[in-house]
Amino acid sequence: MKSLQELEAIRNKTLSEIDIRKKGEGTRIVVGMATCGIAAGARPVLTALVDEVAKRKLKNVTVTQTGCIGACRLEPIVEVFEPGKEKVTYVKVNPDMVGRIVAEHIVNGNPVTEYTIGYHEENTK
Amino acid sequence: MRDISLHILDIAENSIRAGSSLVRIGLHADKERDELKLVIGDNGCGMSKELLSRVKSPFTTSRTTRKVGLGIPLLAANCEATGGRLDIESEIGKGTTLTAVFQFSHIDRPPLGDIAETLATLTIMNPSVDFVFSAKYNEAFDYDTRQIKAALGDVPVTQPDVMTFIREYLKEGIKQVFGGNEI
Repeated sequence: MKSLQELEAIRNKTLSEIDIRKKGEGTRIVVGMATCGIAAGARPVLTALVDEVAKRKLKNVTVTQTGCIGACRLEPIVEVFEPGKEKVTYVKVNPDMVGRIVAEHIVNGNPVTEYTIGYHEENTK
Repeated sequence: MRDISLHILDIAENSIRAGSSLVRIGLHADKERDELKLVIGDNGCGMSKELLSRVKSPFTTSRTTRKVGLGIPLLAANCEATGGRLDIESEIGKGTTLTAVFQFSHIDRPPLGDIAETLATLTIMNPSVDFVFSAKYNEAFDYDTRQIKAALGDVPVTQPDVMTFIREYLKEGIKQVFGGNEI
């Protein structure tokens, strides 16, 4: 059985590793978590994003949530804001897509075109 | 909404948006009374009597981008489908308490879903808000982010090892209360 005492050990182990969060702009990954997003499956997507960013120890990348982004039929929606670049909107995201989004877009800077809202709208008419 | 854990996540978001610093969530299953009761109470900004009177309508929302808000109506519909009910009490400046009652054995009662994941998500994504959770069925389990944050000191809840600990701690606790099988 886990106990809160374990937190003490984690605390001692990690206190030295914590960076003071850099001021200034980093990459923001935002997940729509209103009723529409949650009902469409945003929770596991958010979890997968947080885990992937933590696993890769990405600095200056934050994962946050927001309310309804406005295109409820395309939820779960993930938006990526990078300083100096245009926003990229991914639609109908599932946890299996998260690995590619983080690896190709967040790490390597190449948005995954076929997951974007633009591609989706072009190809589902 | 597929399950009760997603309703909790959804309703708790309302509390957070109402500026709450503390959200209390209680989940109590009682076989003898054939009842499953979910209580979510916050210390947020509260609602006026007028807003409270129309909050169960899908055409009520505080958002300005569109005219519908479905979180509360969906939960109310799910409660009522089992013969249960949804009550909301609120006072401006004090906070809001929502009580959802389901008939426990009813075929239409949604499953619990992944309660641990909902609580972990709430904790990790809202580090400045505290959550107190208590579950009761076979046994009791209590979770309080204030204790966790006190033990952590300067280490944030978003630290990867801490996130893993929180998830596993919740999973174990909730499994202990409700058993391994979905109730």
